[in-house]
Amino acid sequence: MAANEEVEPEQMGRSPRGAPRRMTAAETILARAAGVDRVVPGEYVVARIDAMMMHDIFAADVLGMLETAGIEQLDDPSRATVVFDHMVPAPSVAAAEHQAKARQLVRRYGIEAFFEIGRGICHQVMVEEDRVRPGDLVVGTDSHTTTYGALGAAGCGIGSSEMAYALATGELWFKVPETVLVRLEGRFAPAVAAKDLVLFLLRQIGSSEAQYRSVEHAGPGADSLSLAERMTVANMGVEMGAKFSLFPAAGATAAHEATGYAAVHEVDLATLSPQVAVPHHVENVVDVEEVAGLRLDQVFLGSCTNGRIEDLREAAAILRGRKIAPGLRLIVTPASSTVYRQAAEEGLLGDLSSAGAIIEGPGCGPCFGGHLGLLAAGERCLGTHNRNFRGRMGSPEGEIYLASPATAAASALAGAIADPRELAATGRRQEVAK
Amino acid sequence: MTNAPRPTTRFRGRAWLFGPDISTDMLSPGQYVHDPVEIRLRHVLEAARPEFASQVRPGDIVVAGTNFGCGSSRESAPQHLKDLGVALVVADSFARIFSRNAIALGLPVLACSGVSTTVNDHEIVEVDVVEGQVTVGDGRALLHADRIPAQMLDVLGHGGIEPMLLALGRKKE
Ligand code: SF4
Repeated sequence: MAANEEVEPEQMGRSPRGAPRRMTAAETILARAAGVDRVVPGEYVVARIDAMMMHDIFAADVLGMLETAGIEQLDDPSRATVVFDHMVPAPSVAAAEHQAKARQLVRRYGIEAFFEIGRGICHQVMVEEDRVRPGDLVVGTDSHTTTYGALGAAGCGIGSSEMAYALATGELWFKVPETVLVRLEGRFAPAVAAKDLVLFLLRQIGSSEAQYRSVEHAGPGADSLSLAERMTVANMGVEMGAKFSLFPAAGATAAHEATGYAAVHEVDLATLSPQVAVPHHVENVVDVEEVAGLRLDQVFLGSCTNGRIEDLREAAAILRGRKIAPGLRLIVTPASSTVYRQAAEEGLLGDLSSAGAIIEGPGCGPCFGGHLGLLAAGERCLGTHNRNFRGRMGSPEGEIYLASPATAAASALAGAIADPRELAATGRRQEVAK
Repeated sequence: MTNAPRPTTRFRGRAWLFGPDISTDMLSPGQYVHDPVEIRLRHVLEAARPEFASQVRPGDIVVAGTNFGCGSSRESAPQHLKDLGVALVVADSFARIFSRNAIALGLPVLACSGVSTTVNDHEIVEVDVVEGQVTVGDGRALLHADRIPAQMLDVLGHGGIEPMLLALGRKKE
């Protein structure tokens, strides 16, 4: 299903005819941001950053560091965005005080693009609010900054100290990454989604081949994906170890002109089936059949990976008029206030609530184990989010499975991991052998 | 970013051995992010080795498998190791954000393929980060590591980004 040709390193700087090859998407963006004509993988460049994003966990630390250092002004406050999404509404006095300090510093440094609690998950808000444009170089104090690759922007996560430096100077150093090309053909089968694609890529490529590299998705299959689907795929690029996960503008990567890539993979979307990542690593991906029937305590539908309106529609279509299994908890967290309102208008929130879900406010919810739905020892959760590391959602003795919204909804009905294709085929509640 | 003082480049210490895929969730569990540092430090790596946080000593060296520091971008992950006195981390390979963050905080990290299958737990290890050399158990084995690029040695030389910002703040006054 996936072909893998390793390309000789010597070929990487040249096309077969010896002329300088066309640059990959990552190289093009870094060269532009560094103000040079060409860059080559392995080179270090100092590049100007187009957009910088911080969320509530780190904003106070970053801006506090600048204050302590006596930096009076940001290089360009209009490039900075702050979103409160992780610990919202504040679940403790400590979080409340942390946020109060961040609000004060946001004002002090003149950051106008500040989005309060309830607006939504940082990456979703950045896209909805047009804070990222195609071709931008973006950094964020969040590893899933790769999500902006959906728009053709090069986004990567950095830490607080580097963010402070970037805000103060407008620049940061980058190692130009090699690029892995993923060529996509075909269309998804029913009940198979972008999440299944990215889980499949993790299964095939793993998290070492793409380490420090840029993953570039191209071909007719990539062009056919919606923005929401691209966001799901680009989001989990970081789980592959990638620095960037990019969808260049349609046709920008001539699929036949595959020079300059460290490796090339091919996937036919039509051959994919529902995938599940099993504990305790995102690379541990299996076909849903292999884990079907495994009893669940909790299902989580949300996160920057799969909390968009398309995801809620998918789940609501399965849950409408039905009830989740007794003894199971279904937590739904819309990715933003826009998604929340639209879901309300379309009646999806009512459908989900009637099925037995608890609807949380827009934000990260329980995704990173901060609050709003942690696991006890021995509990098992299937979620639509992006990480299943031990201890990610509470107790280190809890288990996290990752899957698509359709698989999550089918599993919530069954009380156990379930194949959404069977539900789609029979159109009725599936009885799962215990 | 020039005229940096030379960073400490040679280390000798007791190894704490870890497997692959040690995540930032293990280094700095999400549910304690707003707790005081003393409490957070107690939970460092507890999911992998519960005794680590209470028994690690200043100057100890963390040795690990591939993909060390995978997961979220939280800088508390390398900071906690630094706070516990860990001198440096040598791993088969690192997750990108973790290694950037560690250097930004002045904690050296060295990628050395094969280190986790060569070093025994609590064995003495000597590391030269400029030469990219890891000497195991008084010369029992010698491994070659990736050298740290000049830009990163420069940041380490300043003791991390915070001192660099301080210098910048003074200049702007
Ligand atoms: S939803 Fe989860 S992965 Fe996304 S930004 Fe929030 S905590 Fe991180």
